[in-house]
Amino acid sequence: MQTELERLTGAFRFRAKVLSAIRSAFDSRSFVEVTTPVRIAAPAAEEYIEAPQSGAFFLRTSPELEMKRLLCAGMERIYQIGPCFRAYETGRLHRTEFDMLEFYMAHADYRKLLTMLRAILIETAWNVNGCTKLKTRHGEVELDTNWDIIPVRQAFRVFAGVDADEAAQEESRFEEILTEKVEPRLDPSRPTVLIDYPIRFAALARPLASDPTLAERWEVYIGGVELANTYSELTNPQIQRERFAEARATRTRLGMAEYPEPVNFLNAIDKGMPESTGSALGFDRLVMLLAGADSLSEVSFPLDDEN
Amino acid sequence: MAMYDASDLKKGLKVEIDGEPYVITDFEFCKPGKGTALYRCKLKSMMTGSTMDRTYRPVDKVGKPDLEEREMYYSYSNGDSYIFSDSETYEEISINAEVLGKRTYFLIEESLCQGLFFNGKLIDIQLPTFIEKVIAETEPGARGDTASTNVMKPAKTDNGYELMVPLFINQGDTIRIDTRTGEYAERAAKG
Repeated sequence: MQTELERLTGAFRFRAKVLSAIRSAFDSRSFVEVTTPVRIAAPAAEEYIEAPQSGAFFLRTSPELEMKRLLCAGMERIYQIGPCFRAYETGRLHRTEFDMLEFYMAHADYRKLLTMLRAILIETAWNVNGCTKLKTRHGEVELDTNWDIIPVRQAFRVFAGVDADEAAQEESRFEEILTEKVEPRLDPSRPTVLIDYPIRFAALARPLASDPTLAERWEVYIGGVELANTYSELTNPQIQRERFAEARATRTRLGMAEYPEPVNFLNAIDKGMPESTGSALGFDRLVMLLAGADSLSEVSFPLDDEN
Repeated sequence: MAMYDASDLKKGLKVEIDGEPYVITDFEFCKPGKGTALYRCKLKSMMTGSTMDRTYRPVDKVGKPDLEEREMYYSYSNGDSYIFSDSETYEEISINAEVLGKRTYFLIEESLCQGLFFNGKLIDIQLPTFIEKVIAETEPGARGDTASTNVMKPAKTDNGYELMVPLFINQGDTIRIDTRTGEYAERAAKG
């Protein structure tokens, strides 16, 4: 009988190939690969994401604040691939420890990043698989085609007959409509981008100039999998402080851990952060999609908290 | 009633909804767009077998059913009631034919079964997985097909249960039936 690891060796070789293809895609676009600490004093206060504790510190849920400090320090195109941690998140598409591909670009916005990420994914699929079609549980997805771009309000109205802003008022209701009514209606044969979220779902994103009740944020879905989340970054230190305060209040109300103020990050953006855009992409999910697998466990080293 | 937190839910867990016990047959953890977690469940009633979908939010609580398994012997039938006796207390408890369905054909006196109790009430019986029955009626199999188990023909047991059996089974043969599916399992060794 083969052991679990023996069965996974093919997947690990494939993962290495994806890693190398992704690095070359970013390197060729003048991005610099960076490494920031995994164990940090103050995670970004986000409402529904819990960082595991590590002594007096926390394990990062994303490298966001540290990478933004690098933007403030003058680096203009940076990316990082490394472990992130989210307590209590275990399932077909969730693991408490996973690899994130996070990247930032100064002097650009979220739409510019969408164009670039589309090109990177097509290029990566081509380099890894020799084709741009992916096999998923919802059938074949062609990456090299027009991607659907649907504003969140329109998606809620058309697919669910629900007002997105109203749904956002009640805890969990927005998420339920999104999961049960909107996601199943997205065209499974091509990547779909939901764009411009109600501002309360984007603690670190910039408001739209034309409508400040919306945030410049998009998420791309491929084969029903939420692959990457992108913002035009919030650079205003005052608004950022207010957003953190709101998120902290919600966290306290929900009985979640109290985080210290991210002092280093706030000091950095006080001195000035360039207009920029950034994206967080689940690297394990990307490997899974490229491999034609259906769950993260098929492409990842088993965690000790999984049975 | 004791309660589960939504985050305790997982495949195989037994829960109580509107006074009825259910088992979670399918479970998915969702966390759309940096929002709150959602716990999507497919549930099957342990009393009626009917299925439904439910999605729980992180703040939701789900009932923990009072379930107990006890060893029971099948004793006798009385019209539509089937009487089982508790292996320890010898207490006799009846269960309706409707609950047993076609399993009424597979009851063998003094066979050891598992009784499932919900709030102290017997709601289901798990029979021994395999039981033996004699075939009372079946057409002889055509020549040349005697080794094949793929081709099936109708047959009737000595207590009137109708099922499909392989062509090589003859009248008077003893066969084993899987009580979970009601289907033919194998020919019993000739005693």
